[in-house]
Amino acid sequence: MRTIVVGMGTCGLSAGAQAVYDKLKELAEANPEDCELTISGCIGMCFREPLVEIRGDGRRVFYGEVSPESAENIFSEHVQAGRPIDDEHLIYGVENDGKTFGTEANFLDLQNRIVLRNCGTINPDIIDDYENAGGYTGLKKALTEMTPAEIIQTMKDSGLRGRGGAGFPTGLKWSFAAANDGEKKFVVCNADEGDPGAFMDRSVLEGDPHAVVEGMIICGKAINAGFGYIYCRAEYPLAIQRLEKAIAAAREKGYLGKNIMGSGFDFEMKIKQGAGAFVCGEETALFASIEGERGMPRIRPPFPAEKGLWQYPTNNNNVETFANVPWIIANGADAYKSVGTEKSPGTKVFALAGKVAKGGLAEVPMGTTIEQLVFNIGGGIKQSKQFKAVQMGGPSGGCIPADQKNTPVDFESIPKTGAIMGSGGMVVMDEDTCMVEIARFFLDFTQSESCGKCTFCRIGTLRMLEILKRVTRGEGVPEDIKKLEKLSVQIKEASLCGLGQTAPNPVQTTLRYYLDEYKAHIEQKKCPAGECEALVDFIILEDKCVGCTLCARNCPVDAISGKVKEIHKIDQDKCVKCGKCITSCNFNAVVKR
Amino acid sequence: MKTAAKKESFSYRLWRYDGAPGELIPLLQSAQEHFGYIPRRAITYISGVTGIPESDIYGVITFYSQFRLKPMGKFVVRACAGTACHVSGAKSIIDTITDEIGVEVGDTSEDGLFTFLTVACIGCCSLAPVIMVNDDTHGRLTPASLRKILKEYRRKGIAGSEGGAK
Repeated sequence: MRTIVVGMGTCGLSAGAQAVYDKLKELAEANPEDCELTISGCIGMCFREPLVEIRGDGRRVFYGEVSPESAENIFSEHVQAGRPIDDEHLIYGVENDGKTFGTEANFLDLQNRIVLRNCGTINPDIIDDYENAGGYTGLKKALTEMTPAEIIQTMKDSGLRGRGGAGFPTGLKWSFAAANDGEKKFVVCNADEGDPGAFMDRSVLEGDPHAVVEGMIICGKAINAGFGYIYCRAEYPLAIQRLEKAIAAAREKGYLGKNIMGSGFDFEMKIKQGAGAFVCGEETALFASIEGERGMPRIRPPFPAEKGLWQYPTNNNNVETFANVPWIIANGADAYKSVGTEKSPGTKVFALAGKVAKGGLAEVPMGTTIEQLVFNIGGGIKQSKQFKAVQMGGPSGGCIPADQKNTPVDFESIPKTGAIMGSGGMVVMDEDTCMVEIARFFLDFTQSESCGKCTFCRIGTLRMLEILKRVTRGEGVPEDIKKLEKLSVQIKEASLCGLGQTAPNPVQTTLRYYLDEYKAHIEQKKCPAGECEALVDFIILEDKCVGCTLCARNCPVDAISGKVKEIHKIDQDKCVKCGKCITSCNFNAVVKR
Repeated sequence: MKTAAKKESFSYRLWRYDGAPGELIPLLQSAQEHFGYIPRRAITYISGVTGIPESDIYGVITFYSQFRLKPMGKFVVRACAGTACHVSGAKSIIDTITDEIGVEVGDTSEDGLFTFLTVACIGCCSLAPVIMVNDDTHGRLTPASLRKILKEYRRKGIAGSEGGAK
């Protein structure tokens, strides 16, 4: 009897996991005596999705890039006959004694999974799975053996710092909310993961929703709050669906509701769906949104611990912070502190994406270097290109250049580079990425997401965006660099919330490390990375062109000449750089140089 | 999107409204679920039941990118414009969609089949570049594979065998 586990996170599903699951279900139902079929969230190896795991014979074996056809083969060979198929699709395996094998064993071996302890291992829809993995023991301990003050002290001792990006000590934050009296108090979980390039929280919510629910109940006990809200992006329908199931199951088991585990403590919670506004990641804007208003930030003080949601004392943490809580309570502060660095204990989950060879989720101890993350775990750069930079912290963060790849990731070292820890998005860039264009991209984002309350954020980001657009079009003037520097300082100084205060970071860090690229755009009218369309030529690669005439037929200005089955050519004097030839070519023969 | 909150119909939610604070956004979400967009009359209903002025409701609708004041096409194509997709060629994906379905970002095609939107990040960064068509995600796209996918939706849409905007 072996167990088949299909990875059914959003990443698995978009890679085709549903078809694989359907096939395996059909096979499993036809042979019920041979196997059990279940699902799990994402184990983090998104680059080899869809994943199928076979458990049994004292080991776990993961197959990657499974298709309905290969699933059939896995079923007959491994599930029925007990012979693992040892080819390049056997990406990871672990024996009961801890020995690992498989082509991608490095990816998981180098990690230390606390937040992701259950992701990809348990079925997120089944509460018993979570309990069997040690779930709700932290809550039991907190409710029956500890006083609120002891819980807060444990959190303080653990040294856990807010994983949403700012790194504020969690225990201290809880103690503020606990110290304020109110007729009601609230626990809020920020699951409005808005940074483009970040998907840690989605994976936790999809893979292990109970960890977040448990963390919130413990927080409720610590600060004496009776109600919790999870504010989750509407763009994460699967996460919301699994959370709803988790909350209902927790209620049924008596972990939510009145007199939880006979302790006399009452707690309830509810999901609020975000409606698409990046600024709602800011806590006061998030409260405004839960209250049903436009999500605009409010002036602090009063801080949320004093007057938060509906003017009641409120404690707000993000998903990853809450997911750490049950582990810390169950295993103790010292166990947590033994991982990571002195000032930044514990682990951090990173979402590796962009030009990295193995994009996915990796949880590493704080203090791991960028190089270890990108090269040892992430497998280096796609197509063996040159590593140029990583972008951390999304639109609020900055770029860290390749020559600083030895920087450890923790709350002390990263800010020294000009970037921020952020929530954990790590977008890797190679030689083909233009840093001016990246700055423009982020400014475009923050400009459109600015709520408009503060003048400098509303208009200043627009002025910066205009300058950056000009530069990427080759129309920049030398004064533009000074103007960008000046506006950056002004916007940071004169904005109320984190969005405005950090919006210039991408521009400032690229100016700091890649000034020569800005100058090349402005002075020589050249884009060194070959990305800015106005500054590059479109050419057809002779070895790839098959002469299908598709590009010539699509060219709006008839700049492409060539006959059927002959290599085509673009007349640079006529070309208007619209890019239609690139999008119409079926052979990737048109490139920008 | 299959979530329990949305199983409750718009009219049931309006009927059930008991003056509890913070219900405006869920009401608007269920209106959009029901009509496919937020028609003028839905704003009037909500205002009448909750007592929130129509102008305030309009302010909330226009603040959040989820809400639409115009009907959507049968297939809503959302191109991810997140960082990972951006560095993996989202621009040529967006250009290809515009070219293939003939509408700019934010518009609906004349035949009512496609609405084209961009979204900040779908959260499938490792599969970049990515698009969502209604609730289905398609990843690791190239202009050529994307054209195939869109053509397939067009075929389905014309045949009327699947779809329906939410």
